[in-house]
Amino acid sequence: MPINYYITLALCLFAIGVVGVLTRRNAIIVFMCIELMLNSVNLLLVAFSKMHHLAKGAAATAGTDGQLFVFFIMVVAAAEVSVGLAIIVMMYRNVHSININFLNRLKH
Amino acid sequence: MNNVLDIVYWIPLLPLLGCIINGLGRKNLSKGAIGFIGSGVILASFVLSLWVFFQVRGGNVHTAEYFPFINVGNLKIPFAFQIDQLSAIWLLIITGIGFLIHVYSVSYMHEEKPVHFGRYFAYLNLFVFSMLLLVMGANFVIMFIGWEGVGLCSYLLIGFWFKKKEYSKAANKAFIMNRVGDLAFLIALFMLIHKLGTTTFSEIFTSASLAKLSGKEMTTITLLLFVGATGKSAQIPLYTWLPDAMAGPTPVSALIHAATMVTAGVYMIARANLMFAMAPATLNVIAIIGIATALLAATIALKQNDIKKVLAYSTVSQLGYMFLALGSGAYVAAVFHVMTHAFFKALLFLGSGSVIHAMGGEQDMRKMGGLSRYMKITNITFLLGCLAIAGIPGFSGFFSKDEILAGAFAKSPVLYALGLFGALLTAFYMFRLYVTTFKGTFRGTDEQKHHLHESPAAITIPLVILAVLSVIGGFVGVPEFIAHGAHALSGFLQPVFKEAYAVLPKHEVEHSTEWGLAGLSSVLVILTVIIAWARFSKKPDLQAATGFGKILENKWYIDELYQGVIVKPLNMLGSFLSNVVDKKVVDGLVNGVGRLVRYGGRQLRWLQSGQTGSYILMMVLGMVLIFIVQFFLRK
Amino acid sequence: MIALLLILVPLVSGLAAFLMKKEEQVRTWSLLAAIITFIISILGVAVYTAPGCWTFRAGWMGSLNSSFSLKGDGMGIMLCLLTALSYPVIFLSTWTTAYKKVHNFFGLMLLTQAGLMGVFLAMDALLFYFFWELALIPIYFICSQWGGEKRIAVTFKFFIYTFIGSLLMLVGILYVYSRTPGHSFDITAFYQAGLSLKEQSWLFWLFFVAFAVKMPVFPFHTWQPDTYQQSPTAATMVLSALMVKMGLLGVLRWLLPVFPFASYLNGDTISLLAVTGIVYASLIAMRQDDMKRLVAYSSIAHIGLMCAAVFAEDKSALQGTMIQMFSHGINILGMWIVVEIIERKFGTVKISALGGIAQKAPVLTFFFVIIAFANIALPLTNAFIGEFLMFRGILASRVSEHGVLIMATAGLGIILGAVYTLRLGRKVFFGETNALTEKGSDIVFHERAILAIIVGAILILGIYPQPFLNALDHISQSILKNSDVLPMLMKQKH
Repeated sequence: MPINYYITLALCLFAIGVVGVLTRRNAIIVFMCIELMLNSVNLLLVAFSKMHHLAKGAAATAGTDGQLFVFFIMVVAAAEVSVGLAIIVMMYRNVHSININFLNRLKH
Repeated sequence: MNNVLDIVYWIPLLPLLGCIINGLGRKNLSKGAIGFIGSGVILASFVLSLWVFFQVRGGNVHTAEYFPFINVGNLKIPFAFQIDQLSAIWLLIITGIGFLIHVYSVSYMHEEKPVHFGRYFAYLNLFVFSMLLLVMGANFVIMFIGWEGVGLCSYLLIGFWFKKKEYSKAANKAFIMNRVGDLAFLIALFMLIHKLGTTTFSEIFTSASLAKLSGKEMTTITLLLFVGATGKSAQIPLYTWLPDAMAGPTPVSALIHAATMVTAGVYMIARANLMFAMAPATLNVIAIIGIATALLAATIALKQNDIKKVLAYSTVSQLGYMFLALGSGAYVAAVFHVMTHAFFKALLFLGSGSVIHAMGGEQDMRKMGGLSRYMKITNITFLLGCLAIAGIPGFSGFFSKDEILAGAFAKSPVLYALGLFGALLTAFYMFRLYVTTFKGTFRGTDEQKHHLHESPAAITIPLVILAVLSVIGGFVGVPEFIAHGAHALSGFLQPVFKEAYAVLPKHEVEHSTEWGLAGLSSVLVILTVIIAWARFSKKPDLQAATGFGKILENKWYIDELYQGVIVKPLNMLGSFLSNVVDKKVVDGLVNGVGRLVRYGGRQLRWLQSGQTGSYILMMVLGMVLIFIVQFFLRK
Repeated sequence: MIALLLILVPLVSGLAAFLMKKEEQVRTWSLLAAIITFIISILGVAVYTAPGCWTFRAGWMGSLNSSFSLKGDGMGIMLCLLTALSYPVIFLSTWTTAYKKVHNFFGLMLLTQAGLMGVFLAMDALLFYFFWELALIPIYFICSQWGGEKRIAVTFKFFIYTFIGSLLMLVGILYVYSRTPGHSFDITAFYQAGLSLKEQSWLFWLFFVAFAVKMPVFPFHTWQPDTYQQSPTAATMVLSALMVKMGLLGVLRWLLPVFPFASYLNGDTISLLAVTGIVYASLIAMRQDDMKRLVAYSSIAHIGLMCAAVFAEDKSALQGTMIQMFSHGINILGMWIVVEIIERKFGTVKISALGGIAQKAPVLTFFFVIIAFANIALPLTNAFIGEFLMFRGILASRVSEHGVLIMATAGLGIILGAVYTLRLGRKVFFGETNALTEKGSDIVFHERAILAIIVGAILILGIYPQPFLNALDHISQSILKNSDVLPMLMKQKH
């Protein structure tokens, strides 16, 4: 499959994620959208990694670093989810809402 | 030969030691001891000076270097003294007259508290020290030390009675006016260093060295030096401090006016004679300023009622004559007049001090009169002083003034005519002073009348000595046309002025003409004296002046002019800068920057709305912007 | 070794002072530390010629090529001596002044001293910057904690002013560092940075603003009168006698040799600005009613002359400036001591409220008159030597095109200086006493001793300055060595 398809798909996913983050107020949905963006990047990384690996005259190890980064991102995302969800739970306990617009106290 | 070098430094050192001892010991020493030390050191200096005088008679020049003062790169300024004929004469005048004034002061200042008595003598000794440094310095920098030193001492002594506000005001005025001149002196000095790389007299004042200066530079430098001299020697436009300097004790006035400070300018120009001789334009300026000062001060003196003020303006006027002589290239005449003037002006001031002492501090002539009956010695000596300053033939003033007028005539008959007119004014106001003070009837209070007495010996003996000098002092300079080779002073000073006279244009005046000029001035002066005597003994000048007299009484309003044109605007400018420019403009600018930052911050606050969404939006927009720039706009 | 000790002794004793509790103990300890520092500096001057005693070098931030490198040249040693001499004088003259939290006060004062010594000795740009801040930050705290009524606002302005300057300088230092051969902060590397004319012309201003604020040069001066007025006198003494020298030293050591082209090109502008400042500050000083503000403006005038002389880039002007840095420190210290004594005795520094002190305190008046005349550079006082050389150098300057104009304008300062100084003397010391000054008394022994030290220094330096000039001879030459490119540049220009 040509690489263009992957790029287009990743772009679509990323755009959906961005729009979601910008428009939704529910913290969990925002959170999911962030995951969407991260995963679109993952998809892209894997696709390029494969492309480099299959290129003519490439070394046996070519493209592995791309996959390595995917793991990094997944680990970071997992850590982020755990911290983020914890924050959301704490937030709900304190203000009984998970609407992010409620959190504008930085202004003051 | 060498032994002279060994001891010359004692001449200034002794007064300095006297100053230190009297200054530190003023609480512990008795008045007698203070007076003895104060006068003794000056006497010792005088004896040394006398000895030096005989050493340099043959035309010798001695220089002695003590330690490097400022050595930077190729500029070398040693702390060095130079003794030649010119400085020897000044040494004698300073220490000789200075000694008499010290002796006189012991009695005159007797009523001061011991502490102030000691302070007074410390200042007086310091004054003599500074003046000695001025005339002994072998380069312009050492001269400048003395130059500023006398300024400092005059400040201290004029403001000696510092409780009186006006006195310390006068002291400030004296110092600041001198500073104006000093600045010009300094600039000239730096130009000399810049062009010639040295300040040492013996290196500058050679034809070869001066040839390095262009005519314009020479004129600029000499003019600046002359401005410096106008400050110290009270010439137009910087003369107004001198009459105010009367605030000091009377012996101090005598010291400032006769022996020391005011002759510094004359000395400096006489010292730089060759340079001035090579700048004819400057000489013209000096002659004009000199005669203008002489006449201006003489007219003011006509209408003053304070006995010391009359003498002060007469000093300014006589200094004008000295500068007229310098400007005419008659250097010897200038030095001669400095000498005779030192005699009779010291005499007149000390005499007036004796009068003031007897009058219990009264200085207004209108309240005196008829004092000749009470103070015989003061009366006679004062009269001799007046005759000398008026230029009656045979008295010292006659010879020196006549020589100046002859020199002026050689330069231009107009200068001569003006100078002669000034001499007549001098005779007139001096005899107005004498007659009003000593003749007629006493016009003071009964208490003062009861108190009138001749002053003690410590006052009268200096008066007598000075009177003798005022009478016979002129015979060291008997003019050539009377007796050939009788001008001893001219012969003595010949090595100093030799080169300058070779440069100056020659104006030979016939001996017959000189006889005529001398005769004319003698007759006119004697006539003026008779007129003044007759007029003021009949009716003393007591009423308030009106019309033109009022202008003269108020000194042509020059003080008011300076106050209005210079002092007030400067003060206003200072206030303006302080209150408006510094606080509002400069600081306002700084605060304005601060305010701008604050304002900008307030305007940018909406960016920090606290809404998470808007932050993210901003982030995304930023990313998009970077993309656009990166992919579409670059290249 | 001496160089290191001069920094370490105040630093350690300062830190120790923070921990002390009793007031007497702190005061004695600080004075002792200051005296020990002074003795060390005297020893240092005595063994000046011995090799190695004024240099110290140790690793510091090796990866950045910055070392803890100290060296005392003629100028550095002289300023260290001034600092070491000033501190005991400052502590003694303010001995009876009461401070709250006295241990903090003295701790900060000593830290400032350590910073000052470091600034005067540092031969590494990063170290220089480090000490520069070390000297400044404690003084901010002193001014803001122990100052007068408006201390917070005033210190804030002072802080912002100097801090912006410092930051600009830091940027400049980092840039020059990036251009040095082998990336080093060492001063010799800075001297060889080989910056292009364009780089120099903007880097110059980054450094100059920092120094100009510190000196201060017109029009960067407005923090100064307020700060001097509001700070506790001890801090004012440090600020005026010592801190302003940081700016001048910075120009002499870090500006002229590193940016010779830019110094040449901007020299005349700055000199003209500086001499304008002389006249400007003198005129303002004439109209001040607060003695502290008067002294502050007088200081601006004096510093203006030094600044103009520095940019004349003439050997005698530089030597004059360096000797004047020392003299000015001594004289202004004397001025502040007199002001402090008057403030303590009469509770005011308003000129209009005082008068006739001479009758009640003749000894104080005697010392004041000498200090005042030193302030207006009378011959045989220390300031004359410096001013003489500076004026001479300004006129002889090879780089300045307006030497005569600059000198003549600066010369007005000579006259105006006499006007405001004598006015101060006349209004405060002479004339009749009033109700306030009627009950005044003369100064006591320890005050006499301090003022005698000041006056002694004034006279010694004024009468026999040659040893000092000799010590400074070498350094002025080495500063100008980098400026030897000037004839070349001038040729290009024409």
